[in-house]
Amino acid sequence: MPPIVSTHALHKVYQMGAVGVPALRGVDLHIEEGEFVAIMGASGSGKSTLMNILGCLDVPSTGTYVLAGRQVDGLSRDQRADIRNQVIGFVFQGFNLLPRASALENVELPLVYDRARRVGDPRRAAEAALTRVGLADRMTHAPNRLSGGEQQRVAIARALVGNPRLVLADEPTGNLDTRTSMEIMQVFQDLNDQGITVLLVTHEQDISRCAKRIVELRDGKVIRDAAIGDRYVVGSDPRAGGTAGPGGAS
Amino acid sequence: MIAWIRYPGVALRSLLKNKSRSLLTSLGIIIGVGSVIVMVSVGQGSQADIAETINSMGVNMLMVMPPHSMRGGVNRGAGSLATFTMDDADYLRERSEYCSAISAMTMSPAQVIGGEGNWSTSVLGVDVDYPRIRDWGVDQGEFFTARDVRTRSKVALIGKTIADELFPGQNPVGVRVRVRNTPFTIIGVLSEKGEDARGRDQDDVILAPVTTVLARLKGGREIDMIQASARTIEELDEAEEEVADLLRTLHKIMPGEDDDFHVRTQTEIIERASETSRIMTSMLGAVAAVSLIVGGIGIMNIMLVSVTERTREIGIRMAVGARERDILLQFMLEAVSLSLAGGVIGVMVALLVAAALDAIWGVTTVVNPMVVLMAFGFAGIVGVFFGIYPARKAASLNPIDALRHE
Repeated sequence: MPPIVSTHALHKVYQMGAVGVPALRGVDLHIEEGEFVAIMGASGSGKSTLMNILGCLDVPSTGTYVLAGRQVDGLSRDQRADIRNQVIGFVFQGFNLLPRASALENVELPLVYDRARRVGDPRRAAEAALTRVGLADRMTHAPNRLSGGEQQRVAIARALVGNPRLVLADEPTGNLDTRTSMEIMQVFQDLNDQGITVLLVTHEQDISRCAKRIVELRDGKVIRDAAIGDRYVVGSDPRAGGTAGPGGAS
Repeated sequence: MIAWIRYPGVALRSLLKNKSRSLLTSLGIIIGVGSVIVMVSVGQGSQADIAETINSMGVNMLMVMPPHSMRGGVNRGAGSLATFTMDDADYLRERSEYCSAISAMTMSPAQVIGGEGNWSTSVLGVDVDYPRIRDWGVDQGEFFTARDVRTRSKVALIGKTIADELFPGQNPVGVRVRVRNTPFTIIGVLSEKGEDARGRDQDDVILAPVTTVLARLKGGREIDMIQASARTIEELDEAEEEVADLLRTLHKIMPGEDDDFHVRTQTEIIERASETSRIMTSMLGAVAAVSLIVGGIGIMNIMLVSVTERTREIGIRMAVGARERDILLQFMLEAVSLSLAGGVIGVMVALLVAAALDAIWGVTTVVNPMVVLMAFGFAGIVGVFFGIYPARKAASLNPIDALRHE
């Protein structure tokens, strides 16, 4: 099976006035279906830039990127929007939920733009996704009535609702306390156990240890790419993640 | 085909979440649409009033006047020449085929004394056909006869206004009044006619035989005008042509020479009066339309603010797969919803105001469904036009920057 993510010699240069600031300097990355990869690095290492390119939010300056068998560098804005909708699920550090919409409406959002109409009944798909992250009883709540952990679960449900091939999480635990962070990581581990490819950006060691493979960046280059020997699995029973308490200790 | 049906719902919901702002934003459109409809309704109401008054004068009427005294048939300027006499009227009566009624007319301002006091009015000297030409009835008593005209009888009919002023609650028929020292016997009261196209009270008048007025009040044989009535409205043009031909023959005017008279029909008067009113109506409408455009600018401002406020939302929508067009459409729909909602409220306000004007102040208003539709449609166009810029701005945002926006 071909890798789901395959990049070759990715370069990204940001133009700051007359000077070009390189953010990526030749990244080769291959991720197979079903992997759980943590991308690590200090700030300025280029991990966010890489994430934006892998998520089709941004385009590389040079280099190739093949996502799920399709070459995506050089696609138009609208084509990239469709790929974000059909292939990728995003989870952000700041949750990025629509504040005035209910959890259910937030989760339905990607399906509003689902041109392919892959999901028959958006309402039921959203309910299923929220149930999957353990929020069956919070569906009609607005984000401001949910704890941070619960909000991030809503965001994860939103990422899942379109049945993506790849879930991208950019510092998903950055705004959460340790306990809640682990609960969220458990959700990711569960999803990965169910076969979903997860790619996670973090700068925390503890969080990265929940993945199966670590890719470390420095100055826009991969300096380490290895499987994790002492992987940390949250909870004794991996499938218990969805019922792990009321979400947050905030 | 994406879920287009869902967009209006999304737009409406986001507007309803900000009710007071939405209402204030729509206010410009509400006022714009409302004033367009009210202004045009008032304008068209006055047009309808004019048409009604003109109809009340008798539609197939034509007037023959000297060329320089055209102000309502009244001989005004000192140098103006009265070129008609009773002979002209008699000549036309004998030969015209297309006219069913012909009356000479002369007018004299006069003070009338009698009943409860005195009253300044106009005495119209007319012939027996005059009530038929003007479609004017007699309430009490009777009109004078051809014999009265022949014998220069000192009889008169008074208009409703004079009857009310000089004989309140009394029957004036048979009473004698003095008009400039000439005693007249009142033989009838005319039915109420109301105001004419220029707002003059048509009931403030005394009708007497033209011969009597010429002999007793004016002196001489010159009359001010001849009024006639075509047999049917369809024959009005023929009647006009015939009267002109007959007068040219009588006055020995050679082909190519200027006429020493002027024939006017109601259509001319109607056209002129409604032309004036139409210009007024379109000017009022145009002024109101400007306020509609100002309302559109208000919508644009608020939409720009809204785009800035919701930059993050736009970023989120783009991240989960919204195309540029999806964002464009969302904000366009919001702008159009704002203006159409304003339009609906504006129409309702306008209908209320028009009804109130009619009921409370007695201003005739004609609410034309076409105008309502046009004002509403224009509001929609304003929404589209002023929605484009903010929506484009939203749609062209870079998703990464939008997501980072605080």
